[in-house]
Amino acid sequence: MQDFGIITNSIHEFFLSLMPSWAAVLCECIIIGLGLLLVYSVLALFYILYERKLCAYVQCRLGPNRVGPWGLLQSVADMFKILIKELIELRHIDKFLFALAPYLVIIASMMCFAVLPWGNGLQIIDFNIGIFFLLACSSIGVLGILLAGWSSNNKFTLIGALRSGAQMVSYELSIGLSVITMVVLAGSMSVGDIVAAQADAWFIFKGHIAALIAFVIYMIAGTAETNRGPFDLPEAESELTAGYHTEYSGIHFGFFYLAEYLNLFIVSGVASLLFFGGWMPLHIPGWEAFNHIMDYIPSVIWFLGKAVVLSAIIIWFKWTFPRLRIDQLLSLEWKYLLPIGLFNLVLMVVIVLLGWHI
Amino acid sequence: MANLQDKLAQLFPAATLGSDDSGTPMLTVADADWHSVASTLRDNPDTAMDYLVTIVGMDWTDSLGCIYYMMSTRHSHTVAVKVATTDRDKPMLHSVADLWDIAGIYEREVYDFFGIVFIGNPDMRRLFLNIDWVGYPLRKDYDEDPALNPISTENERQSDLTDVWVEQPDGKVVKTERAVFGPEDFVVNIGPQHPATHGVLRFRTAVDGETIKKIDVYMGYIHRGVEKLCESLQWPQTLHFMDRLDYFSAHNYHHGLCIAIEKAAGIEISRRAQVIRVMMDELSRIASHCLFAGTFCMDLGATTMLFYTLRVREQILDIMEKTCGARMTFNYDCIGGVMQDIAPDFVDDVKALLAVIPKNLKEYDKIFTGNVIARNRMEGVGTLSRADAISWGVTGPSGRASGWACDVRKMAPYSIYSELDFDEVVRTEGDSMARFKCRMEEIRQSARILEQLVDNIPDGEYCVKVPKVLKLPKGSWMQLVEGCRGVFAVYLESDGSTKPYRLKIAPPCLPLAAVVDHLTRGNKIADLITIGGSLDYIVPDMDR
Amino acid sequence: MPYEAFKDNEYIEKLVNELRESGANVVVGSFDKLINWGRSNSIWPLTFATSCCGIEFVSLGAARFDMARFGWEVARASPRQADFMMVAGTIVNRMVPVFRRLYDQLAEPKYVIACGSCAISGGPFRKSYHVAKGIEDIVPVDVFVPGCPPRPEAMIYGIMQLSRKIKVERFFGGVNRKQKRQEFLDAHPVQD
Repeated sequence: MQDFGIITNSIHEFFLSLMPSWAAVLCECIIIGLGLLLVYSVLALFYILYERKLCAYVQCRLGPNRVGPWGLLQSVADMFKILIKELIELRHIDKFLFALAPYLVIIASMMCFAVLPWGNGLQIIDFNIGIFFLLACSSIGVLGILLAGWSSNNKFTLIGALRSGAQMVSYELSIGLSVITMVVLAGSMSVGDIVAAQADAWFIFKGHIAALIAFVIYMIAGTAETNRGPFDLPEAESELTAGYHTEYSGIHFGFFYLAEYLNLFIVSGVASLLFFGGWMPLHIPGWEAFNHIMDYIPSVIWFLGKAVVLSAIIIWFKWTFPRLRIDQLLSLEWKYLLPIGLFNLVLMVVIVLLGWHI
Repeated sequence: MANLQDKLAQLFPAATLGSDDSGTPMLTVADADWHSVASTLRDNPDTAMDYLVTIVGMDWTDSLGCIYYMMSTRHSHTVAVKVATTDRDKPMLHSVADLWDIAGIYEREVYDFFGIVFIGNPDMRRLFLNIDWVGYPLRKDYDEDPALNPISTENERQSDLTDVWVEQPDGKVVKTERAVFGPEDFVVNIGPQHPATHGVLRFRTAVDGETIKKIDVYMGYIHRGVEKLCESLQWPQTLHFMDRLDYFSAHNYHHGLCIAIEKAAGIEISRRAQVIRVMMDELSRIASHCLFAGTFCMDLGATTMLFYTLRVREQILDIMEKTCGARMTFNYDCIGGVMQDIAPDFVDDVKALLAVIPKNLKEYDKIFTGNVIARNRMEGVGTLSRADAISWGVTGPSGRASGWACDVRKMAPYSIYSELDFDEVVRTEGDSMARFKCRMEEIRQSARILEQLVDNIPDGEYCVKVPKVLKLPKGSWMQLVEGCRGVFAVYLESDGSTKPYRLKIAPPCLPLAAVVDHLTRGNKIADLITIGGSLDYIVPDMDR
Repeated sequence: MPYEAFKDNEYIEKLVNELRESGANVVVGSFDKLINWGRSNSIWPLTFATSCCGIEFVSLGAARFDMARFGWEVARASPRQADFMMVAGTIVNRMVPVFRRLYDQLAEPKYVIACGSCAISGGPFRKSYHVAKGIEDIVPVDVFVPGCPPRPEAMIYGIMQLSRKIKVERFFGGVNRKQKRQEFLDAHPVQD
């Protein structure tokens, strides 16, 4: 298994040989920041096209195929357009909050990137409360949505923002519970440790029925967290025109648009981390030759591949299911998912205590 | 029928009893007696006129008035009542909005077009035209000078107050004002530019959180003045507007007006033309219901369904295009038959369509109807009782979902429908799910009708000879047909010339939009979309 | 679609010549090209339809005609995020202020396609007392698509023409089209 840690360490030593350690760290931060921005935008462009193609496939259509080969440049064209689209100045709004909101949303999703296990040794920071940090960051996003809805001084956006607030606060619980369930199984909150614990078999296979339940709950709550159908109430197009971002134009709208897709990636990335071993290749105990072949596939591809496949499920949800109503949405969370999640946590604790997971 | 005539004569000795030229008994009543006559007509078990088909506003130059067409759902007979006033400056009639719920909005329409004020109607705002509109367009002396009513890009003046004329006990009529919304109401404006209003309809929605307190339906954003335009055109020319009202029931509406004109002119059409017309009607019903299923699911958030249902619709449009030469505005039925003969592969194409319909319906069921989210969104949402459906005049699949057998094809069969074997789809739940299922089942029934006809298209001429310049005798005619969304009524009045004196179109979608307020109260905003979608109104149809 | 298959090449060529005559900086010119490539390939419609033509617009999005091929399927319900308005259907007196406001709410660069005879001239309803005789007096129009309603193929052709028109625009420096539009808007002011 190739280890990216070797490359990163050599870069670190190269910088140390040129400058004092504080300058080296600063340089590395800048490089990582730029790299992150690049990865962020490329991933977003890929995801936009990916969803459009996938949705076209579901709907017996072709999807974008005119701009560039197989329509690959479609989202690049969209990006150029949206970058130079006019930013409409509105009167009678809270200008500061209005401008702040999209940045909050995008920063929240960007910060989550820091702890995702991109590959073997390719993780920006791995600290002992990594998964906790992830949860904390992802809940900043809702603040941006609430601010966007409130500051726009528009009734539709306000309703959208309030819906979003109620939805996020509720589903955060289920996400938290299923994450805790898996943390119990892994015995650590550090992302690196969680991945390492899945070296012999992924948690979804290891965790018996409890991991499966946690996975289903996580996928449902994760879809709700990303504001995507069937939980896209905050921006329910047929009810609230465009929901909380109705009044945003140009790149500010672009930020919301990108953040939606990036959140999709993060949710599926975390799912792959918790249930499908992060960057860990598929290992089946006993099949040595098979495991060896699997090790040859680079770890980055493992991680991205898992995330993309899991996102396909979420995209499939969106184009198939009708939207829930706000009261049904909340009762699904509080009456079903939350009790099941709590029970599941206890079940997992019992499994771990009895030592069935090893 | 004679029985009804006797009863009417017995019940209303003061009224003059005649009949219009379609044979409907017509009472002429003085305005002072009108309200009591109306309540007797509605409540007397022998007449039981519980369904108000339409109110035809009329300008006879010497007097203004209304013709009320009403129907009994129990005895299924029709009565027309004529009420007139000679006062042209301040015409006033008594309102019957307290007897039939739908009368309120019909009276607003008459007020908008003729300036007749209805005493006792709680809402006397103009319906389609601006508050500052000068003149009443359907009056014969209306001044069409565009300088009077210029096109302005400035926002129209809007008032939350409505005038109400109330009759005091001493007989004096006093004008009072009433507010539509309270001062504390949080009013959200849904429409006219909104993805789920199916066109340019506007709901002013007072909400309490997510719960709807009241809806004020605002129309007229696509009011194109078809009725007035018809008065300046010759009879055959009036037909093409029928395509552009409810563009999904183009064939059915054409059919209705053609029957009315043919009846008036005494033209007998060939059997072949009749069969072709009925087949086209049923094809458009299937296409319309397919599109309904798609857009309804899209409103609920399941976009993919639209693309599946449009597949069948495209197949039907292909069949129609081969025969009629157009995808949407066909202009196919004409006076005396149909425009062209059917295309050579018409029969094969219809058979191919019939082969795929059952499979597709099963697929829709699998994707949508069985889905637990869809069921939760639709079941028990917007329940309309049978009595309310009749009182609000909600016809078509929406009315039948409430248990009211209101299919004109069975109630008052026209063309060859009486010979055909099909079931009227009636459900009793009255909720959005029932309205959805009703339409899905109607697709099956329409396919059954097509199956019976597709191999039995008789030979003969597709269009009989009709004089180039068609003159109708003096008189008035009323014809009901079953559009895709409900009862489409057309009223003709001819003064013996080549042009209509009055052509009144009573579309099914106006009651469908009017009932939204009644259905949504106390429900959530999301339910407004479900209910609106399940009623399936077409805005150009209600606005005309 | 091959160049010869388009029906009004003279018009586009005239625009190109005008641009050439005024000259362009090499750097700025290539930026222009990049921006125009982006803009012309990503034109998002506003979901706006008043009558029959709107249904054909729905068919345009469906599997058979599939406007997603060109990247036009991202129909935005909020005018702030859309690029062009397909005026599908009749515009009547009462709708005019609403319609004009929608146009004003669109973010620059914005385009209008008059789709169907009602939007072009009032169509069959031209003689009516409550119908605007074409939308040209209300907003500046970029492309006209005749028909009642136009076939989806015609709509695709119309949007492709719009795309071609955008390609010969200028982002930096003097823009012919923009000036003309400003003149139009100055001549047809709207009060707040």
